[in-house]
Amino acid sequence: MSALPTAAERAAVDGHLGLPQSAWEGGEERPEDAVLAEGGFRASQDRRQHILPTLHAVNDAIGWVSAGALNYICQRLLVPPAEAYGVAGFYALLSLEERPARVAHICDDVACRNQGGNKILSDLEGRSDVHPSPCLGQCDQAPAVFYQRAGEADCVAVVTDTDQVIKVLEGGKPEEVPATVPQAGDPALRLLKRIGRVDPTSLEDYRRAGGYRALTKAIDLGADQVLSEIKASNLRGRGGAAFPMGIKWEAVARSSVTLRYLICNADESEPGTFKDRVIMEGDPFALIESMTIAGLAIGAELGYLYIRAEYPFAQSLLENAIEQTRESGLLGDDVDGSGKSFDIEIRRGGGAYICGEETALMNSIEGHRGEPRNKPPFPTQAGLFGRPTVINNVETLINVPEIVLEGGDAFAAIGTTQSTGPKLFCLSGAVATPGVYEVEFGITLDELVDLAGGVTGSGSIGAIMLGGAAGLFVGEDYLDMPLTFEGAQDRKATLGSGVVMVFDDRTDFADLSQRIARFFRDESCGQCVPCRVGTVRQEELLARHCGGLPWEDELFEDIAQVMIDASICGLGHTASTAIRSVIDLGLLEGSRG
Amino acid sequence: MFGVGGGTCSYQEIETTDVILLWGSNAREAHPIFFHHLMKGVRNGAKLYAIDPRRTTSAMWADTWLGLEVGSDIALANTVAREIITAGLHHEDFIRHATRGFDAYAESVEPWTLQRGSEITGLPAEVIRRLAHDFAAADQAQICWTLGITEHHNATDNVLALINLALLTGHVGRYGSGLVPIRGQNNVQGGGDMGALPNRLPGFQEVEDPVSRGKFEALWGHPVPYQAGKHLSLMLEAMETGEITALYVIGENPAQSEARSDHARHLLRGLEFLVVQDILMTKTAELADVVFPAAAGWAETDGTVTSSERRVQRVRKALDPPGDARDDLAIISGLAERMGRGWGYPTAEEVWDELRSLSPNHAGMSYRRLAEEGGLQWPCYDEEHPGTLFLHGDLWDDPLPRHPAPFFSTPWAPPVDELSEDFPIRLTTGRRLDSYNTGVQSGGYSSPLRTAVALEVAPSDAHTLGVAEGETVRVVSRRGSLKAPVRFDRSLRPGLAFMSVHDPDEVDVNLLTIDAWDPKSGTAEFKATAVRIEPVG
Repeated sequence: MSALPTAAERAAVDGHLGLPQSAWEGGEERPEDAVLAEGGFRASQDRRQHILPTLHAVNDAIGWVSAGALNYICQRLLVPPAEAYGVAGFYALLSLEERPARVAHICDDVACRNQGGNKILSDLEGRSDVHPSPCLGQCDQAPAVFYQRAGEADCVAVVTDTDQVIKVLEGGKPEEVPATVPQAGDPALRLLKRIGRVDPTSLEDYRRAGGYRALTKAIDLGADQVLSEIKASNLRGRGGAAFPMGIKWEAVARSSVTLRYLICNADESEPGTFKDRVIMEGDPFALIESMTIAGLAIGAELGYLYIRAEYPFAQSLLENAIEQTRESGLLGDDVDGSGKSFDIEIRRGGGAYICGEETALMNSIEGHRGEPRNKPPFPTQAGLFGRPTVINNVETLINVPEIVLEGGDAFAAIGTTQSTGPKLFCLSGAVATPGVYEVEFGITLDELVDLAGGVTGSGSIGAIMLGGAAGLFVGEDYLDMPLTFEGAQDRKATLGSGVVMVFDDRTDFADLSQRIARFFRDESCGQCVPCRVGTVRQEELLARHCGGLPWEDELFEDIAQVMIDASICGLGHTASTAIRSVIDLGLLEGSRG
Repeated sequence: MFGVGGGTCSYQEIETTDVILLWGSNAREAHPIFFHHLMKGVRNGAKLYAIDPRRTTSAMWADTWLGLEVGSDIALANTVAREIITAGLHHEDFIRHATRGFDAYAESVEPWTLQRGSEITGLPAEVIRRLAHDFAAADQAQICWTLGITEHHNATDNVLALINLALLTGHVGRYGSGLVPIRGQNNVQGGGDMGALPNRLPGFQEVEDPVSRGKFEALWGHPVPYQAGKHLSLMLEAMETGEITALYVIGENPAQSEARSDHARHLLRGLEFLVVQDILMTKTAELADVVFPAAAGWAETDGTVTSSERRVQRVRKALDPPGDARDDLAIISGLAERMGRGWGYPTAEEVWDELRSLSPNHAGMSYRRLAEEGGLQWPCYDEEHPGTLFLHGDLWDDPLPRHPAPFFSTPWAPPVDELSEDFPIRLTTGRRLDSYNTGVQSGGYSSPLRTAVALEVAPSDAHTLGVAEGETVRVVSRRGSLKAPVRFDRSLRPGLAFMSVHDPDEVDVNLLTIDAWDPKSGTAEFKATAVRIEPVG
């Protein structure tokens, strides 16, 4: 309680928040401080949302957050120390203990573990500056490593190895690899057409390639007409839940509450998913334009772009894009001469899968632990800061300019009647050319795998993971399944976030499924008891089975069902699906022991 | 207040009020349940002013903390009143309709300009002005206080000064507006309501009123003393003069809770006969000739308690008391029997029903209703009466069905124990979340929050004295001295020191405090002692 900040910690906090206004907040003593203090709960409410960015500021500069730094943050933000500790302790990338100035987070998740991730970890076993990491969203460039460097920007290395990790930890810096897509140059592309072709740092190049035509048209059409087009497009959300976008937008646009928010969910953390990263790295201005159209359509004046901390390259490109668009008057008080105001603020996550859940993400922005909220109320009624909020995934949003330019009806004609528009899939694992692929809804799984050059490794499919860790594994009999929301539903599968990860028949599924079980155990936020306990019991049960004991199906089903029935968010609801499918496919038979 | 002994509001009202003045109260630590209702109000948008010499943990939740000089509360209240009147923010209709004595009152506060108020309280004039305007202009506003107001030599005037503010602005007798003295125990209100006051019979009825007294005499078939008794401070004086030679103490620990406690212990030792009835072997019980081991009011006895919002609630026996302990009712009944005035051994409900027949405020509160309705708030005149959410609503009725509420002039006087060159530090006392009063009920349990008792001082004062944190110092007042370790506390400004009252066995702060007491309420001035601090060589 009494620990004091160092000068460097104080500077990091003040650098982010500005200088303190009174001795009570840690500033110079003034005579009136003896008899007067302003602030209290109300000011604390206003300032609380700065907790995570301020914690980042200290963690970035110093490498960890000491008790003294935490106390000073509390003093500045008028937040009780226990609350701030609860927030700081929630995020994997914030350290409350002293650690080396450089730390490497080696991805050992489903894609990277057998493509070099596990090898790096075993080569460097015992080092205090090397940690295993859940999926870093670089599955097409495995193995990946995320570095935190005190005093310098975080960075990511892809297709890396042990030697390079050592070099970076000793002071080197990995090169940033520009985003590309395998289909680059294909004239049929809508969402990916500029990626790898147009300079992602230049607003001018973006405009030359057709950028901001949609915003101009949207301003001409007016908010009501844009809303009609969005509804006509029948676009369903691409984050995993497939909720119709027009319904969300309309609910907020028609709200009697005038202070509203837009959030772009760029906390792409589902293992196997990297499409949003590719968009943000390859075409950042498109996302800014899309958010601007959305903000004007729903009547929000501020949009938050919540991006996971493991995407530092994407974040810097987006920061650059926001700065350039602000300078050009495309963001700010008078967006492109429309007379309307809209701006975007970037918020960085702290290494927590659960923050991809929309209400957890809102709690995270507000400066609370990133724990999901009960619904209702839904975000469209009472979302961020209790205000009506539209929250959409990155991929969902970048369809918006297409809809505005082509018209909602034309857009709805793409794909099937229930699954309209283009769709991105994240192909990785045992395929010849992993990467993000854009297809029209309706092609089969088989055709998609062929598009990625077919199965590599042994050449025979062991299983395909659809939808990520929260999805499931399917066998070869699913190759003829049409990739649509309804097609997946008919076969009791899911498209989820668009993950298609192929595993050949030599894959160690016991190892893989245990990694998934560990993932859910690590990432359960702990708020709902069934999930907090169930994910542990499930992991133990699987370990017993992989250790040679018989499969305890009744117990497993009990655990799965109670997590589905009594957890408030999707994490608990889906924590068992992948493991269930591994068992049902018989993938553990013969590999036990 | 206005002849009724209770806070005017219900807890639920503070959850939706607009302005809260938390005056002389560290409710977050000393009244945590009430504070939780208060915080709901703040979350719902109420503006909170904390008025306290220390920036307590309650004050940290306030929009504005005003660290006034110890004992300058009346000066602040009078200044606020003058500012409200000068700015024309007083509620003229209400004043005309429901009060009397306004003109004399207005005249009495006239000298209290912002400048004078600022000089006496030490607060910036602008902040006093802001408080006055926010309070007066609010749709609903409450003043909540505790011992920071009442543990002064002029306690009653302190309270009256606050009541004046409510009358001035019409912030009383309406939903959400009112005057809220917060009680320190679950049943302080109930104790007073049941007649554990020297001048009251059960139901807050005057002892000296023959009509009230007559009801009791008729039912009991025995005369009731027609004069008010003595409050504790007067009892101590009477013990000193030899007028009182025997004392029956129920659930109190005066050997440690009184100001100038060494003197109080001396008086207790000098009694001819001391009986103590308590659940624990207190320091007072150790001095007793006879000790009655009592059952705990909570869990071991049946009965009722009454909270600060006048809500009577049932408590139920869940356990048999240990050993030979008996509940208070059984002890008192047994005592009566041995004295030859036996009335049998009535149940708690039978006693309660007798009270209902004597106290109009409680008449409608049958045990059945108390259980079914989750408690009832007095007054509750009959079985159909729903109980009363807030008091004094009739001040707004037209025509006024009662006597108008009086304004009282409240002249300010500084604390009796003046600061001087020899005693330059103002010591004040208070309570913490982790402990309870003299520690009888809480000292036996560990708490991760509890720290050893210490003299808390501003870091700069300690620096001037050349003492380090943890170092033992001697604290000297005009009446006594003690040794205690020093702890730095940033919530204290230079010249102000603080000690908690919870551990008199280790450090008995009441060796230092002054026994000057308010003639109207009998409360001693625990909150303002002049001391000096000496390093122990």
